[in-house]
Amino acid sequence: MNSNIPVLSIVTFLPLAGALVLLALPGERLQKWWALVVSLATFAVSCLLFAWWQNGYPGMQFLERYPWVPQFNIEYLVAVDGLSLFLVLLTTFLTVLVLLFSWTGITRRLKSYLFLMLLLEAGMIGVFVALDLVLFYVFWELTLIPMYFLIGEWGDPQSTYTFRGRVLPWRIYAAVKFFLYTMIGSALMLVAILVLYTQGHTFDLLQLQRMSLASNLQIWLFVAFGLAFAIKVPIFPFHTWLPDAHVAAPTAGSVILAGVLLKMGTYGFVRFCLPLFPQATQTFVPWIGALAIIGILYGALVALVQKDVKSLVAYSSVAHLGYVVLGLFALNAQGIAGATLQMVNHGLSTGALFLMVGMLYNRRHTRLLADYGGLWKQIPIFGFLFVIVALSSAGLPGLNGFVGEFNILLGVFQANKAFAVFGTLGIILAAWYLLHAVRQMLQGPLNKAENAALTDLNLREAVILVPIVILFFVIGLFPNLFLDKITPSAQAVVLAVQRQPAVTMVAGQLP
Amino acid sequence: MTLTTLNLVALLPQIILVLAALLVLMADLVVAEKRALGWLSLVAVLGALLSTLLIYPASPEIQGMALADGFGRFAGAIVLVAAALAIFLALERCADFSRRAGAYYALLLLATVGMQVMTIASDFMTIFLGLEILSLALYILVGFNRRDVRSGEASLKYFLLGAFASGFFLYGIALIYAATGTTNLAGLTQALLPLSVPLPFAPLLPIGVGLLIVGFGFKVALVPFHMWTPDVYQGAPTPVTAFMSVGTKVAAFAAFIRVLAALASDNQPWLPALAALSVLTMTLGNLAALRQTSLKRMLAYSSIAHAGYLLIGLAAGSPLGAEAALYYLLAYTFMTLGAFAVLLAVQRRDENDVSVERMAGLASRQPGLALAMAIFMFSLAGIPPLAGFFAKLYVFGAAVGAGMVWLAVVGVINSAIGAYYYLRVTVSMYMADTPSGQQTETPGVQWPVWVTIVVATVGTIVLGIYQLPWMQGITQAVASVMR
Repeated sequence: MNSNIPVLSIVTFLPLAGALVLLALPGERLQKWWALVVSLATFAVSCLLFAWWQNGYPGMQFLERYPWVPQFNIEYLVAVDGLSLFLVLLTTFLTVLVLLFSWTGITRRLKSYLFLMLLLEAGMIGVFVALDLVLFYVFWELTLIPMYFLIGEWGDPQSTYTFRGRVLPWRIYAAVKFFLYTMIGSALMLVAILVLYTQGHTFDLLQLQRMSLASNLQIWLFVAFGLAFAIKVPIFPFHTWLPDAHVAAPTAGSVILAGVLLKMGTYGFVRFCLPLFPQATQTFVPWIGALAIIGILYGALVALVQKDVKSLVAYSSVAHLGYVVLGLFALNAQGIAGATLQMVNHGLSTGALFLMVGMLYNRRHTRLLADYGGLWKQIPIFGFLFVIVALSSAGLPGLNGFVGEFNILLGVFQANKAFAVFGTLGIILAAWYLLHAVRQMLQGPLNKAENAALTDLNLREAVILVPIVILFFVIGLFPNLFLDKITPSAQAVVLAVQRQPAVTMVAGQLP
Repeated sequence: MTLTTLNLVALLPQIILVLAALLVLMADLVVAEKRALGWLSLVAVLGALLSTLLIYPASPEIQGMALADGFGRFAGAIVLVAAALAIFLALERCADFSRRAGAYYALLLLATVGMQVMTIASDFMTIFLGLEILSLALYILVGFNRRDVRSGEASLKYFLLGAFASGFFLYGIALIYAATGTTNLAGLTQALLPLSVPLPFAPLLPIGVGLLIVGFGFKVALVPFHMWTPDVYQGAPTPVTAFMSVGTKVAAFAAFIRVLAALASDNQPWLPALAALSVLTMTLGNLAALRQTSLKRMLAYSSIAHAGYLLIGLAAGSPLGAEAALYYLLAYTFMTLGAFAVLLAVQRRDENDVSVERMAGLASRQPGLALAMAIFMFSLAGIPPLAGFFAKLYVFGAAVGAGMVWLAVVGVINSAIGAYYYLRVTVSMYMADTPSGQQTETPGVQWPVWVTIVVATVGTIVLGIYQLPWMQGITQAVASVMR
């Protein structure tokens, strides 16, 4: 680890700087290349985090701290630990892929689109690295604006809804719903942050989590933070914005939404709620566990009956994120580590699903399962990759999804056997709806004339999907490459929740 | 009293402005090119701004009637920035609604003087004087568009209700005088000290303060004294609306903060009243704004809502709250003036308002305008890292710090409601298509209007991201009135 280079700041602000330069660039071709190069550079720099990582060290690494508003003790404080490292990498990785995906198909205002994508990347990375509560909130809200525009401007061009007698594109409804839902959710979090400040006179998470708060105060603060995160995840019954936003968003938006933005919620729980409010966490475990189980089963059952393949994937996210929440609230190292890995897994496999659905949509301009069938004969490479992606999502051993779910269920089983039983039930349902989609789309007779004209994946599309599939196998076969880095930090969270005297999330070497 | 005993240096900004106003009136008779008068006024305002920022008087004291201390100078500087930006708006567009540019600029300068006097006033008499100077000038400015009936209606409404509010204000001063025997703020603090002689008419004090709040509440548009706001904002020529929505608020809130600081004692029954008013103001302002189709009326209700947020800082009754309010005023100046500037840029020369629908497709017609407007809307909605977010963060923080978590909760719920109508403007600009037949309607944007928009945009962003110098200035400013 080289401590002289502010790697995290570079990773966070490189996309932002790139976005600003982009504004001055002429020509769509140049703009596309520029955005791609910026995202690739960001990914490359973020890989340094992985390369320079200190294995086995549970605390924060790559820490940077500068005063921002000294009067109110607001700081620019960023760092990563095992819980956030892979989410940062996932963000930079997926951004490259979605920019590559958007190479064609964006017909209007390409420059704004690319600008917002890079802005979004900066915001998402910021959320995962910020340890000052105000800074975190700034990045948290900052991700709202680009995603709102991405859905509202480049979203679903076909569907409409009626508002006050006027027919409007449905994507606007989805965008506004997404924005308001998230904004309302995070409003109370802001008050909670201010209340924490009055308790500790700092917004520094590392200092705040050393405080012991009165348990009734913890309950209130947990609810205020938890509501923001629960809406973002989303935990049942706060999920209603998700199908609209995911389905209405352009493919790249859906990938980022499912791949990264939902993780901001689960990450928020493990980074803030658990260590800051340990007693409240213990109190809420049965409630949140039950809601997670409902989410798993409900999401899976609803996915099963979807006619639109994009909503099927969207509802599958509700189910999958239920596992992550369940794993986090097992409150043991295995559950939390598994959940963290599963966040990455879900980002990869659901991201890939959305990408493939998008590729198909670009050719056929329909998302209805009934419009497909027998595609395997026509586009075998697509079919082959789609099956792998679906199986990864369903948790087939040997692929990435299995490792995450297995660890989660092991952790949950130690904590609460009933939850583990219901959770396993969800895995069966996941296999059902995913294979249902595979059967409807790929198998059967090729009896639609339009489908007979489909072309198979081109080189660019293959280049997008192959790295993801390779990662499926890498995570599936060598999980310890990742778990070794995650587990120490997961154990630190467990210690923090149990509040044993040895709790130090940060080691002494920090300034 | 001779001139030598008068602290002229401390009054330099006001002197420059008054002289400039007179000069503009005289030059109006001989100068054919009316734009030159605008430039003259601009130079005067910038000169006053420079003298405010650079020339420190040996003593801030002005005959016991005013104090050009850090607080007064900071708030005064905000007023001057608002005046300068408003003059830029009028440079090219003044001819749209009037041929009497000379009178326009002279009145604008006088209104600025009134606002400045309010920011430095340390005696109720001076506060009232400032209030009246700015009000009289604004009554005329609001009705400046003689071709538009609504402008006249707005002026009359503002005048009648304003005169009424001045009455309340004056009566409040009288009762406070009856209770404490002084109109001087320093004297008031002295009289309220715990060890002072007991006041025989002490029960009159809260009544007096209550009436004072009515007077202030009218000027800054607190619910239920806000009735005039939408009509006046809509009827007044847009450059005037832009100026008064900002300048009056800064001046009145600055004087309000000073008065409340002077009244600080163990027993302050008006603080809960202010909290209640703030809840009313935020909620009604936001709810009413939801239903507006006229952009000007929407911004009028939004300014009411923002007065409510600002009041949270005052209701906290702490230096932290005053600092938050001062930062809020600074942020509010840039984002609101900017929003009105965009509105002015979009409206045709024969118009005085723009509907939200008219903004449809602005992003493809005028991408720069749309981007600036989006930034102002997001800032008004309180989205980080823009100035509007930190303004809210600080006032809510002050409320929490004063043990009023409930007030902060009401505040954040309100900002979530508010987000909806600000969002509607961006939806219209970016996601809706230009209605057919309107393609060419937006006039070219004149460069002085651009100056205001660009300065406001930069202000809105920089205030949020880089806070050190402003926060230092604010802390020092508040330290000079509150301890």
